[in-house]
Amino acid sequence: MSGFEVSRIDDREVSVLHITGFLDAHTVPQFEDALQKLVQEDRIKIAVNLDKLEYISSAGLGVFMGFIEEIREKGGDIKLSNLSQKVFKVFDLLGFPALFDIFENENEVKAKFLDG
Amino acid sequence: MERKKVRQKYQLKISSITENLEIIREFTRNLAVKAGFNNEVSDQIVLAVDEACTNVIKHAHSYNARRLIELVVFLDPEKMEIVISDKGKGFDIDSLQTPDIKKYVHESRTGGLGIHLMRTLMDEVSFSIQPSKKNKVSMVKYLMKSA
Repeated sequence: MSGFEVSRIDDREVSVLHITGFLDAHTVPQFEDALQKLVQEDRIKIAVNLDKLEYISSAGLGVFMGFIEEIREKGGDIKLSNLSQKVFKVFDLLGFPALFDIFENENEVKAKFLDG
Repeated sequence: MERKKVRQKYQLKISSITENLEIIREFTRNLAVKAGFNNEVSDQIVLAVDEACTNVIKHAHSYNARRLIELVVFLDPEKMEIVISDKGKGFDIDSLQTPDIKKYVHESRTGGLGIHLMRTLMDEVSFSIQPSKKNKVSMVKYLMKSA
């Protein structure tokens, strides 16, 4: 089974979501729920680590599009890290690098959030 | 002597549910590899087919699990052609535009990217829309262009 998992680790005011597996139209509700929970808890400095993400379709990209405006309006952001070349290509095809901060690794994202 | 062009046909008829996207991707990947595409191009073909089928499940069939999606794949020495058909709601091909991601983000839109991706990833994409009768999307990837 090519499933999907999302796990969360809070580090000071940054919440890190590690997403694993296949993010498609079937699995997006799990990712949406994780982001929705963070917004409800007002934890809006969100680092998404895509190290173990094997596949993303536009349904998965749509989740980032659907949340980013609301989170930025509240003063937060969604920053991404650890994208494989395969996953980055999909983001790149749709012009996402111009709209989202994408970093090599999770520590860079945390530093950006915590050090300003 | 000129090599005879053999065209082979493969078919998958499956319930129109997002859970089956995994099976659709596996079916497509196996045939892309069989056709001779490398991993990178096979990934592109798989993603394009996922996008087309997601559109059928979501828009043509409105998540009605009793409807069916039909995939027919033709392989020949030059290309892979995938024809995806449904009998659901159609759409206005002329209304399709290149997505403006900045605008979509501003409007918190979550969709509208699939057809753009299909057109970017495949060599040819064409639509034939006959709502409630037969809607078809046909996508072609050439082996030579991908080499």
